[in-house]
Amino acid sequence: MTTRLFGEPVQRREDPRLLTGQGRYLDDLGRDALAAAFVRSPHAHARIRDIDVGPALDVEGLVAVYTWEDLPERVGRPLPLLIPHPALTHGRTAYPLARDVVRHVGEPVVMVVAADRYAAEDACALIEVDYEPLKPVVGLEESVQGAQLVHEDVPGNVGAHLVQEVAGADGRGAREAIETAPHTLAFRLDIERSASMPLEGRGVYARWDGRDLRVYSSTQTSTSVRMAVAAALELPLPQVEVIAPDVGGGFGVKIVHPWPEEVLVPWAAMTLGREIKWTEDRREHFVSSAHERGQVQYVRAGFDDDGRVLGLDVTILHDHGAYTPYGIIVPIVTSTQLLGPYRIGAYRVEFSAVYTNTVQVTPYRGAGRPQGVFCMERTMDKIAGYLGKDRTEVRAANFIGPDEFPYDQGMTFQDGRPLIYDSGNYPEMLRMVKELIGWDSFERRPGRGIGIGCYVEGTGVGPYEGGHVQVTSDGRVHVSTGLTSQGQGHETAFAQIAATELGVPIERVSVVTGDTRRFGYAVGTFASRAAVVSGNAIALACRKVRAKALRIAAGALEADPSDLEITDGMVHVVGAPSASIPLSTVAVLANPLRYAFDDEAAKATQFSGTSSPDRPPVAEGEEPGLEGRDYYSPIRSTFASGMHAAIVETDPDTAEITVVRYAVVHDCGRLVNPMIVEGQIHGGVAQGIGGALYERMVYDVHGQLVNASFMDFLMPYATEVPRVETAHLETPSPLNPLGIKGAGEAGVIPVSAVIASAIEDAEGFPIDRMPISPSELFDLRSRMR
Amino acid sequence: MKPPPFEYHAPRDLGQALSTLAEVRGKVLAGGQSLIPMLNMRLAAPEHLVDINRVPELAVMEAAPDGVRIGAAVRHAEVERAGVHPLLVRALKLVAHPVIRNRGTVVGSLAHADPAAELPAVLAVLGGSVRLARAGAPERDVGAAEFFVGPMESAVQEGELAVSAYFPALGPRTGGAFEEVTRRHGDYALAGVCAVVTLGEDGAIEAARLACIGVGPVPVVVDVTGSPDDAARIVSERTEPDGDVHASAAYRRHLVGVLAERALRNATREAQARGA
Amino acid sequence: MEHEITLVVNGTARRVTVPARRLLSDCLRHDLGLTGTHVGCEHGVCGCCTVLLDGRPVRSCLTFAVSVDGAELTTVEGLSSGGRLSPVQRAFAECHGLQCGFCTPGFLCTVTALLEENPAPTEEEVLEGISGNLCRCTGYQNIVKAVHRAAELLAEEA
Repeated sequence: MTTRLFGEPVQRREDPRLLTGQGRYLDDLGRDALAAAFVRSPHAHARIRDIDVGPALDVEGLVAVYTWEDLPERVGRPLPLLIPHPALTHGRTAYPLARDVVRHVGEPVVMVVAADRYAAEDACALIEVDYEPLKPVVGLEESVQGAQLVHEDVPGNVGAHLVQEVAGADGRGAREAIETAPHTLAFRLDIERSASMPLEGRGVYARWDGRDLRVYSSTQTSTSVRMAVAAALELPLPQVEVIAPDVGGGFGVKIVHPWPEEVLVPWAAMTLGREIKWTEDRREHFVSSAHERGQVQYVRAGFDDDGRVLGLDVTILHDHGAYTPYGIIVPIVTSTQLLGPYRIGAYRVEFSAVYTNTVQVTPYRGAGRPQGVFCMERTMDKIAGYLGKDRTEVRAANFIGPDEFPYDQGMTFQDGRPLIYDSGNYPEMLRMVKELIGWDSFERRPGRGIGIGCYVEGTGVGPYEGGHVQVTSDGRVHVSTGLTSQGQGHETAFAQIAATELGVPIERVSVVTGDTRRFGYAVGTFASRAAVVSGNAIALACRKVRAKALRIAAGALEADPSDLEITDGMVHVVGAPSASIPLSTVAVLANPLRYAFDDEAAKATQFSGTSSPDRPPVAEGEEPGLEGRDYYSPIRSTFASGMHAAIVETDPDTAEITVVRYAVVHDCGRLVNPMIVEGQIHGGVAQGIGGALYERMVYDVHGQLVNASFMDFLMPYATEVPRVETAHLETPSPLNPLGIKGAGEAGVIPVSAVIASAIEDAEGFPIDRMPISPSELFDLRSRMR
Repeated sequence: MKPPPFEYHAPRDLGQALSTLAEVRGKVLAGGQSLIPMLNMRLAAPEHLVDINRVPELAVMEAAPDGVRIGAAVRHAEVERAGVHPLLVRALKLVAHPVIRNRGTVVGSLAHADPAAELPAVLAVLGGSVRLARAGAPERDVGAAEFFVGPMESAVQEGELAVSAYFPALGPRTGGAFEEVTRRHGDYALAGVCAVVTLGEDGAIEAARLACIGVGPVPVVVDVTGSPDDAARIVSERTEPDGDVHASAAYRRHLVGVLAERALRNATREAQARGA
Repeated sequence: MEHEITLVVNGTARRVTVPARRLLSDCLRHDLGLTGTHVGCEHGVCGCCTVLLDGRPVRSCLTFAVSVDGAELTTVEGLSSGGRLSPVQRAFAECHGLQCGFCTPGFLCTVTALLEENPAPTEEEVLEGISGNLCRCTGYQNIVKAVHRAAELLAEEA
């Protein structure tokens, strides 16, 4: 049996429990807990005149009702602005419960605690809130006019404004380069809102035993929720533990923290001395969890006869919704990742992040990249159209060459570090995707088109993750890391890494994520970073354990550590398999004992003769136990890349759009588990198809989200998603020990660009606005013909 | 999203069902696939629910050569599996998803009277009827033309129960078709057309009727016997679609014309096959 | 008013007292502790809560517990027997047909019934069969593969 598991399509270790109903998601816990529910604002913008909870007080099962005025000072403060940025001059966050003014439909106003959710909702329905409606600001155009303000003290509704400029090799700025370019194009692009929409909503369950607080949250970051809760409730950090149980999807929305409920539910649990649980329902999720994507982009490009971009000037209006708790990460990512695999002569990008009376905007899988890629790839297609060239030829003319890495784009990335691509091979990737889709042999005809989209994705951002690895005397390997899992198969991928590093069968490895009792230092799961950052940290921790195991085994086998290796859980002398000692015994020897609680332990007790009486039982510089902890802190991000191509058909009569084929070539460096990576790509593409053809958040002029249900927010079913054909390119990252790059978000990033490209090809007129429905395609046809 | 409280009644026979309804004026619970979402969202809060799932008289489906009568507790899936009425079965396959059809009822879909639902179009194009019963009064049959009153509004009065629906069978040399466009498979139609065509002995069209959905407050029945080649224009003119988040009015108007042509063509083809 | 009802769940008769408005999904999860059945939308679209009612898949969030008094129910907890995964469950693992696992119980119940009725479905029949279940993670490709694989496994074991 081989212990080389890195790179193998190992079946997932999560699956047996998830397939039998033994998973433990948030709402599966705390069967006896009280239930919380919220009265949420029905208005997009209003002043709260009065709240009358009286009518609710007779509801059977009611336990408590809280408004903002009931909260202690520390709990009632505005929620933290998690990622400050100098350009975010007017960052604003919400109060956990609305104070005086509500700024979007769905903002929590009153918290109700009752015996069960039915009773809690009964009480919510009876609470009367007297609102003075204010004029809402809906849509980017209305926001930038600034006639009405979302926040009285934010002039023009502008939360942030940032200009970044990278001069060309000749020192000229983008605008100058465009002025003097042989050809120029100017156009506007629109992308509408969508949302992460995990099938499990958010949820919080808290219990307080009079001294310690335990919080379960359906979150993408348990360690940071822990710190935020401890700070808000003024508890010493060691008295708070936060656990992310099985999480039913995240896709970005669960990285935001603390959500109001993550502060309020633990606070109420402490106040009432009762276990309390809040499980978000679908309607709440639509109007109180975050959205993303909405942008308008004004683009100017100057280029030469070969289609090489000499100057690119992009102005972005970014709809941030009512608050900016996650800073301006999304528009920063759009601005910086827009450049993709291209070397652009000179680049200027400017964005304004503006407030509207809608649900706040925070990252959703791709986190601003789909918008940036849409911009760049539409630009490439337009240049090709203008010059009458093949679209792939124009892209190839702009590619960064395989020998140009590391390639410095000259900008500052979302982690505050330089945007330097570590590795990649874009011409080869283009060749592969063209071959996969049959680009050169494609037969174009009206109603049938082919499209392409390329992207580069900064993955694996810092600051760090850690891993702890412990080998116990039964030979089992216990791995823990602080970041959380939402379906990415971390228990499997990390076990593969540990099994490979330690030379043990994967069956003996178990992995725990997202539990602050097991590992307290972590950042979280987002930005396609888990495999890169935690994966490498676990590998490094394993290497420490391995070194220690070899040291101890060398003593026992009277060999030199450098002559030893570990295979299948046995430490043995290279080339002499009989001179061996099981890792379990090494673990026993690593922990000198006084008490023999079992037969294995007896081998390590003080009269067993395993240690020399001349030396301390634990050697100087050593610690008891066969365990190790290490951290991986990347100097900067690794840059994965991909190219997608699709063939679509449009019905000449009904304008229905069908994706006939969809091809993906993807490079995330070395693959830990190709089956899992493919699964991530499939899922990403499906979300991309949703964003391109089906999903949008439709607000009316009053700021009501008019399609806030699964009936009308059209997430694709199996019948709407094309089969995805994949191929992999592996250019290892030189930045980390395992040579890996992230893969989590990749699939979703270029899809809108690819589908727009293909529809444009089929229809013969520009597609500058996504998503697109049959009705919109019909309307476009009517206007174009 | 939990339903508000209500009092629950589970009558064991039709008499009990009718007397309960007369007494409490409650809402009827059959399959619940449209009612329970509304309750969960608290868009409706009836004080009484009368569950007719245990009324044996309503769980009956009677197929005869001239048509099929379907009781109020008969599920979509049962009719589908029985295959008693080809056009109805074709329409049923377009109703939501198989799992919903395992619980939803045919009569419930009619009484719900969603203007974009498929089954009302079938009833309308066939000139079928719904039988209504009330305690202490004779049953009455209401023809499709009178049954659909407006969006989500049928002729069922308070205290009344829709006990069955009657779908006439297609006659000789008669074919049917159902064409629709939905956003996702199984969604309500953006527009849809149910067509029935009867051919004469000579193969010429003797009768051609269309029922259009998603383009008006109720299924819009259009007789195009005289000018089948002009069907698209005629239905586009006769219908008054609204725009919503999924489609503009103009698109729906265009679409219903396209679908009318397709449905007519397919129904004619089927009539030819059945005449051969 | 409370109602005393009996549900035969995964072969065991369970007696439980519920208010009329208790959704079957909540009854299974919270009254009977069978939390494998998940709740994703509570308006019948996502399919996470799908269970087998007298052998046929239905939405437990669109069913009142009191309304199915006396019925036989199978939930995801009842699909495997004697600690051995069912062919459908094994196929989902083998084909990587799940990621976060939240929608999975609904798919498993739906597919189990689908293959019982149609042991060798075509690609189109598989798509139609699972068309009422949303998955936000997998993009369905591996779920479709798993359904075909489950059909193979069932045929091998028949």
